[in-house]
Amino acid sequence: MATHIQPEGLADKGIAGETVDPPVRRERKFGSGVEILLLTIFMVVMLFPVIWMLETALKETKDIYAVPAKVFSFSPTLDHFQNVFSSDSPVFKGFVNSVIVAGFSTLIATVLGVPAAWAYSRFTLKAKKDQLFFILSTRFMPPVVVVIPVFLMFRDLSLLDTRLGLVLVYAAFNLPFTIWMMKGFIDEVPAEYEEAAMLDGFSRFEAFWRVTMPLLIPGIAATAVFALIFSWNEFVFSIFLITDPDTRTAPSAIAGLIGGTTIDWGLVAASAMTFAVPVLVFAFLVRKHLVAGVTLGAVRR
Amino acid sequence: MSSAIVAEGVSKSFGEVEALKHLELDIPDGSFFVLLGPSGAGKTTTLRVIAGLEKPDTGRVLLNGIDATGANPAERDLAMVFQSYALYPKQTAAQNITSPLRARKLSKADIDTQLKRVAELLHIEELLNRYPAQMSGGQMQRIALGRALVRDPRAFLMDEPLTNLDLKLRVEMRTELTRIHRSLGRTFLYVTNDQVEAMSMADQVAVLRQGTVQQVGKPTEIYDRPANRWVASFVGSPRMNLLQCTANGKIEGEGWSLPNPGFGVQGDHKALFGVRSEDLSLDVRDEAVSLAGKVYAVEPLGDRTLVDVEIGGQRVIIKAPPTASYTIGEQVRAAVDMERVHLFDAESEQAIARR
Repeated sequence: MATHIQPEGLADKGIAGETVDPPVRRERKFGSGVEILLLTIFMVVMLFPVIWMLETALKETKDIYAVPAKVFSFSPTLDHFQNVFSSDSPVFKGFVNSVIVAGFSTLIATVLGVPAAWAYSRFTLKAKKDQLFFILSTRFMPPVVVVIPVFLMFRDLSLLDTRLGLVLVYAAFNLPFTIWMMKGFIDEVPAEYEEAAMLDGFSRFEAFWRVTMPLLIPGIAATAVFALIFSWNEFVFSIFLITDPDTRTAPSAIAGLIGGTTIDWGLVAASAMTFAVPVLVFAFLVRKHLVAGVTLGAVRR
Repeated sequence: MSSAIVAEGVSKSFGEVEALKHLELDIPDGSFFVLLGPSGAGKTTTLRVIAGLEKPDTGRVLLNGIDATGANPAERDLAMVFQSYALYPKQTAAQNITSPLRARKLSKADIDTQLKRVAELLHIEELLNRYPAQMSGGQMQRIALGRALVRDPRAFLMDEPLTNLDLKLRVEMRTELTRIHRSLGRTFLYVTNDQVEAMSMADQVAVLRQGTVQQVGKPTEIYDRPANRWVASFVGSPRMNLLQCTANGKIEGEGWSLPNPGFGVQGDHKALFGVRSEDLSLDVRDEAVSLAGKVYAVEPLGDRTLVDVEIGGQRVIIKAPPTASYTIGEQVRAAVDMERVHLFDAESEQAIARR
């Protein structure tokens, strides 16, 4: 069967983005037909909801309800997308809020997480392994578990229905991940660079900033995108902590479209497509680092 | 001569491993001081403690007589060349070299003058716009050296800077470093496990083993008067021949006997008799100061021939002229230069002095 073997010593080949020779694939004649068939089925199953969503977003409302379904023979329209961005759109504000919340929470997680990761990578700290495990363990539990306590806390602090509240929650959830992933990247940068800079006459922080930081940019970008995607997609906290249509984020705004007596499926599909695009674009831009980040950064210890 | 760097009873452990054990060093101002020892002896740790990159567990580091144990690296005014060179990957050679000057916020004009001076000194003018990834090991080594030489520090610390170079370049750079040391007149503290580097460049050598100093002295002193059996066999190639013996009026081993040239021993003293291969000769004039044995192996090396001779069940290596021809199993006598032999106590392994 098709097994992808990781080339030996890939993990030692250096920082993200360095090219590694692809593993040599042996020519296989037998089984390739079956393989293609299985992959095709797999692809159709995976892509069907996406394609259906895209079609629904582009169909006129009457075509959406047509029986039998019009898969190819419909006249496309951008009306639904126009509605998403119109002034009285129920979801447009959600998108703006999502951008604000995801942006700030990622910023906070990165600004706090990178220096923390650097400290964990460079310094000898008491019970370092235990501390790191504790940080990681905060990711073990599903968000639903803490949503009630957070709700009660936020009620006392008047953070319910505020974007600040969501920013704080998302930053807190992204911080452990940022620390772990960045620690992997920083471990890859030899400490000697910073030591040399300190002997040159720079302070420890200057040494980090001038010498190590430029080498970490790809890693930081990849980590930030991960954090951004998490905050962008997050649904549970958003729906529980925010009921005000002015401050809720896109996922709960889109969910809010479903539930009336008539559901405008065209608008739902167009909103969902609009919602998915930024994530796709970001993931595409940093796809190389995402893979490197997963294999090198997060996993290595 | 005043001391540039002093380490007083410095100890340093990494977890269970004791890297340095009450290390004592006194490095004279302006000297080319070499720390010599096998890997794991604590040479690099010593350098890092002096540079301020590691904090000693106990002990003090004095720079020009001032306690600098707690000072951070930037305050110590030391320049260091790393074994890995540690050139900043995102900076050009010129930026790498001028980094210490930018840290001191010198003016652009001053930086340019210094850069020019160093580039000429090291013959690296054509490399200045390259990034480390675009340079060979030898070129990077020069840039790393340039980053140290661009300023006028209290002392230069060098951590095996020539190890990663090929042999030809290493020999060239040895001469070059000696020349630079002379022209600057600054203290050089140089770490190496290569005794040839130590012998050829050093004013003073400290031999390190398992975190303690075994012996300090001029290279010739280390070679001619090793303080103990370990130094004797570590320094010199091929290794010093050591034969078990009993010393009193005579020095007697299994199947051989030599007159005692004046070692201070009382009674029958269990000892090790040491003689270097070049102090043995197969050209025997006086049989009284020679050892009888039979040829075990012959290694012609071009400039000399090493003859392995078995004497009373132990083997010694003799440096013979390249023209020497012996057959294996041949009975030979090896003349001993009694002026240049050593005796080490069998238990303490310390050298026994002559009266």
